[in-house]
Amino acid sequence: MTRFSWFNATALTLGFAFLYLPMIILVVYSFNASQLVTVWAGFSTRWYGEVLRNEEFLNAAWVTLKVAVISSSIATVLGTMAAYVLVRAGRFSGRTLFSGMIYAPLVMPEVITGLSLLLLFIGIGLDRGVLTIVLAHTTFSMCYVSVVVSSRLISFDQSLEEAALDLGCSPFEAFRLVTLPIIAPAVISGWLLAFTLSLDDLVIASFTTGPSATTLPIKIFSAVRLGVSPEINALSTIMIAIVTVGVITASLVTKQAAVRQARDEQLAERPL
Amino acid sequence: MRRFLLIAVPYLWLVALFLIPFVIVLKISLSDIALARPPYMPQLDLSAGWEGLKSFFAALDFENFVFLTTDDLYWKAYLSSLRIALFSTVITLLVGYPIAYAMARAAPEWRPTLLMLVILPFWTSFLIRVYAWMGILSNEGLLNQFLLWTGIISSPLTILNTNTAVYIGIVYTYLPFMILPIYSALERMDDSLLEAAEDLGCSRLSAFWLVTVPLSKNGIIAGCFLVFIPVIGEFVIPSLLGGSGTLMIGKVLWEEFFSNRDWPVASAVAVILLLILVIPIILFQRNEQKQREANG
Repeated sequence: MTRFSWFNATALTLGFAFLYLPMIILVVYSFNASQLVTVWAGFSTRWYGEVLRNEEFLNAAWVTLKVAVISSSIATVLGTMAAYVLVRAGRFSGRTLFSGMIYAPLVMPEVITGLSLLLLFIGIGLDRGVLTIVLAHTTFSMCYVSVVVSSRLISFDQSLEEAALDLGCSPFEAFRLVTLPIIAPAVISGWLLAFTLSLDDLVIASFTTGPSATTLPIKIFSAVRLGVSPEINALSTIMIAIVTVGVITASLVTKQAAVRQARDEQLAERPL
Repeated sequence: MRRFLLIAVPYLWLVALFLIPFVIVLKISLSDIALARPPYMPQLDLSAGWEGLKSFFAALDFENFVFLTTDDLYWKAYLSSLRIALFSTVITLLVGYPIAYAMARAAPEWRPTLLMLVILPFWTSFLIRVYAWMGILSNEGLLNQFLLWTGIISSPLTILNTNTAVYIGIVYTYLPFMILPIYSALERMDDSLLEAAEDLGCSRLSAFWLVTVPLSKNGIIAGCFLVFIPVIGEFVIPSLLGGSGTLMIGKVLWEEFFSNRDWPVASAVAVILLLILVIPIILFQRNEQKQREANG
């Protein structure tokens, strides 16, 4: 039985205060009228105006968004394929290497991934820019997608796929009509994960980009190296707001989908 | 044919963009070592004399090799990265365990919300979360303003650009990685075990040590590795919150590459960093494997 305990209540209060206070302070100070970030001089939305008028930020945001959408979409396809191979394809030569290559990028320091990809791009003479960032982001985020999707693939009943095959579906039809709808929530959260990883990434993008493409994290990093600025506070607040809304919406949608699916599965299991 | 394609596409992608780049790094780092060895030998002669040369030939193991081919700076950076990673892992565990524990003890209807609250920061930009501390920790920052106002201190503390700030940044950004595995271990725990221990005469504290902690062992191990492994190669935190005295290998690699433009050295730094990481990574994988088997 759970009892109210002062220890637990204190741990939760202090813990969540620690996790959230810095962000709340950042958000509050983004509405500060003063140029000096640590001195409160009244409420103002001036810095938001500055951010939205700043061409460089807008261009960088556009590049970042483009890279994130393209790389997370390719990563979702490749990652789902990889998960399917890992869970369903059985034995094939080189399977150990394959699963090693799926798990290794998850623990690889970003500086190493970035450096190695850059050396490859230079080696084959590929011009660095949006394309190279997309290739780099796709590579590491497909591994995250495949981990998310494979955990769902492991947990669902394989006999459903077999039934579809027995009833005359081609393997591809069985995948499209049976497997994909079941693993869809995992595929969607895989895409979201890949998308945010790409939006966030500073280190790998810095290594693999050229002068033609600057992403938002690169822009922010070079700005904050010089110190705290109210403009960056406003930009950060916009990003935090987008992520918060996105994550909460996504979790509500997937929760609903999970509830519906559980109900469907229950109905399907009931004897006729 | 279809099966072949299904396997081949992701396989070839990873070979081309993960394995081959890696081999390139290895090759460049090795060619550097072969090239850079001769100029380093006389240096050794001058500084350590015959003794140093003898030990160089006597102990041609990897560590000496690296020590000879690289500067003092690299060794210090590796050691300091390991030390910072180790201490910050311990601190994160001490901060994270009570939170995970309290979450697992909370009423069941609250748990999904609490879980969501722990995961949410993970989705927000890492860079922004680190940046948020810059404004708090600076000399005229909010923490100093607060402490001055309460009268605890009379002159502002220098926290930003020191190792303390790096520790705070690491604990803050990696806390969810520690909380989640411990929480999932504790949540599965059967409460009746604790009651049994107390019935058998354990005090609450010793029941905690003898029952709760061992049962959450796998979660603790997983959380520690999830913090320790990425922190070693961390770049953003030491470069934004740390000062000139903060040595971390991720930062050194970055500077070697972008400021000194010395690619062979950067590659060598990367290879050794990876060799250092291999042991914790293997231990981590083994722990995960064990846990998977334990869960059925």
